[in-house]
Amino acid sequence: MTSTAVSRMPVRWGRVAVHLGCLAALLVMLYPLAWLLATSLKPADEVIASLNLLPSHLEWSNYSTAMEGVNDVSIWRLLGNSLLIAGGAVLGNVISCSLAAYAFARLRFRLRGPLFAFMIATIMLPHHAVLIPQYIIFNQLGLVNTYWPLILPKFLATEAFFVFLIVQFMRGLPRELEEAARIDGCGPFRSFFQVVLPLTRPALITTAIFTFIWTWNDFFTQLIYLFDPDKFTLTLALRSFVDASSTSAFGPMFAMSVIALLPIVLFFLAFQRFLVEGMASSGLKG
Amino acid sequence: MTTTAIPTETKRVPAAAPKRRPKREREGAAWVFLSPWVLGAIVLTLLPMAVSLYLSFTDYDLFNPPKWVGLRNYVQMFTEDPRYWRSVVTTVTYVVIAVPLQLALALVVALALKGMKRGKAFYRSAFYAPSLLGASMSIALVWRAVFNDGGTVDNLLGTGGWVNKPGWSLLAVALLTVWQFGAPMVIFLAGLQQIPAELYEAAAVDGAGKWRQFLSVTVPMLSPVLFFNLVLQTIQAFQVFTPAFAVSAGKGGPADSTLVYTMYLYDRGFVASHMGYASAMAWVLLLVIGVVTAVLFRTSRSWVFYASEGDR
Repeated sequence: MTSTAVSRMPVRWGRVAVHLGCLAALLVMLYPLAWLLATSLKPADEVIASLNLLPSHLEWSNYSTAMEGVNDVSIWRLLGNSLLIAGGAVLGNVISCSLAAYAFARLRFRLRGPLFAFMIATIMLPHHAVLIPQYIIFNQLGLVNTYWPLILPKFLATEAFFVFLIVQFMRGLPRELEEAARIDGCGPFRSFFQVVLPLTRPALITTAIFTFIWTWNDFFTQLIYLFDPDKFTLTLALRSFVDASSTSAFGPMFAMSVIALLPIVLFFLAFQRFLVEGMASSGLKG
Repeated sequence: MTTTAIPTETKRVPAAAPKRRPKREREGAAWVFLSPWVLGAIVLTLLPMAVSLYLSFTDYDLFNPPKWVGLRNYVQMFTEDPRYWRSVVTTVTYVVIAVPLQLALALVVALALKGMKRGKAFYRSAFYAPSLLGASMSIALVWRAVFNDGGTVDNLLGTGGWVNKPGWSLLAVALLTVWQFGAPMVIFLAGLQQIPAELYEAAAVDGAGKWRQFLSVTVPMLSPVLFFNLVLQTIQAFQVFTPAFAVSAGKGGPADSTLVYTMYLYDRGFVASHMGYASAMAWVLLLVIGVVTAVLFRTSRSWVFYASEGDR
C-alpha cells in the first residue's frame, strides 16, 4: 500500500484541482440564483446602487407587495392559472404520448416505418412554422384568450419528443410479460393498461416533470394566446414588469420571480434523478 | 419497477380460447392507440404547415380575407426590408457564439466529472439545474438586471451595462444560453461512461498518453453524442425568444441588436398583424433549419464514428 500511495500522490493533487475547478465554476453558475434571492429581499434603494450582494436588512415587504399581484389580479389567481395550464399539459402529454408510444413500440400496422420517421422529424420542426395557422385556427374557433390552445395540443401528442422518450423506454422492456398476458387472453388494450403502463412508470414520471417545467416556463405561447389580466399566468404577470424602468418595482418583481421559480426548484430537488437520467438517455439511443 | 399486476388480476382462460387475435383486429387496435397523435399530426402540424405556406403568398391581417400577392412577401423580405436582414445576422451571430461556447463548456465539465469518484452525482445535478431554470422569465429578468447599467457585470468589469450597448447586448443573451450547458453536459457524461474501458487500456498498452487517448479513443467514440448535441442545440438556438425579449424589455434593442428572428416574426405577425409576411418568415426559418440540419448530417459522415460500422 505504501509504495502505491506515493505513486498516487500526483493523481490526488490532480483530483483536488478538478474539485477546486468545479467548485469555482459552481459559484459562478449559482451567482445569478443567489443574486435573485438576495435582491428579492433588498430595500428599493439598494437594488442597483449597492455593490453588496447581501441586503442591509431583510425587506419582507417585497414579498407582501408581490403577493398582492399585478393589475389587480392576486398572486393566487396567477399561480392557479399557471398550475391549471401546467397540470392540463402534464395530463395530456402523459396520456396521449404513452398511447402513441405503445403503438410505435409494440404494435404492427401499415406505414409504421414512415409514420415513425415523420414523428421523429416533427421533434426538429420549429414551433414557429405552425404557430400562425394554429393561431388562426384557434382564432376562428373563438378559443383565443382561453386555455384551450395551450392545453388541447398536449392531448394530441404534439410534443413528439416525449413519444420518442417513451418509445425508447418501452423497447427496453422484456416482451415475455406481454406474451404471457397474451396467452392468458389479454388483448392489446388490457396488455397496455395492466402490463406495459405500470412498467413504464419511470418514463411517464420523466415526461410529467419535463412537461410541467417546460409549460411552467413557457412564455411565447402564453404571450400570443392570453390577453385578459385575470387569465394571466405568473410568467405573463412578470412580463408586465419588464417595461417598468423605475427601480422601486424591482424588489417585488424579483420576489415574484422567486415565487415563480419555487415549483421548479422543488420539482428539481424531489426528482433530480429522473430528470438527469431522462436527459442522459434521450441523447444515447437516438 | 417491482409491481406487475397481471398474475393477480387475470384469470386463466380455458385452453380452447384463441391464443392469437386476428391480425386485422390488432391492426385496428394500433390505430386506436395512435388516433390522438394522428389527429394532432394532421390538424395541428400538417394542415397548419400547408396553410402557412399558402398564407405566405398572401396579404392577411386576421380580419379581412387573405389577398393573393404571389411572391411579394418574399421579394420584400429579401430586397426591401433591412430589419429582416438585421434579424438574420443577429440570429446567426447568436447561434455561432452561443452553441460552440455552450457545447465546449459542456464537454470540458463532462470530462472533468467523468473520472471523479466522489461528488460526481452532486456536481452533475448542480450543473444541470440552470438548464431547467434558464428558460424562465424570472431568470431572464435577472439577466437584464445583472447586465444592466450599475448591475454586477458593470461593477465588476467597468464596461457599463451590456444591455444598452449594441455591440454587447447579444453577448448577454448568448451567455444565458451558455449558462444552461448542463443538459448537453449530462448527455456527454452518459456518452463518456459508455466508452469501454478496454479501449483506453489497449491504447495505454500501445503507449498512448492521455492526450493521444483523448484524440484517438474519446473523440471518435463520443462523436455520435457530440453530433446529437450539436444538431439539437443548433435547432433550438435558431428559435431563441424569451431571453432576447426580456433582456431588451420586449423591444429587440438597442438599435435592433437583440432583434432575433423569432422576435421579428412576432413583431410582424402579432404586433403589426402582417400574418402573410410572418408566415413567409416562418417558412424561410423552416427551410433554413432544414438545410442546416441536412448539412450537419452530410458533414457528419466524415467525422462521426459509429462503433457498429467500424471494424471492432
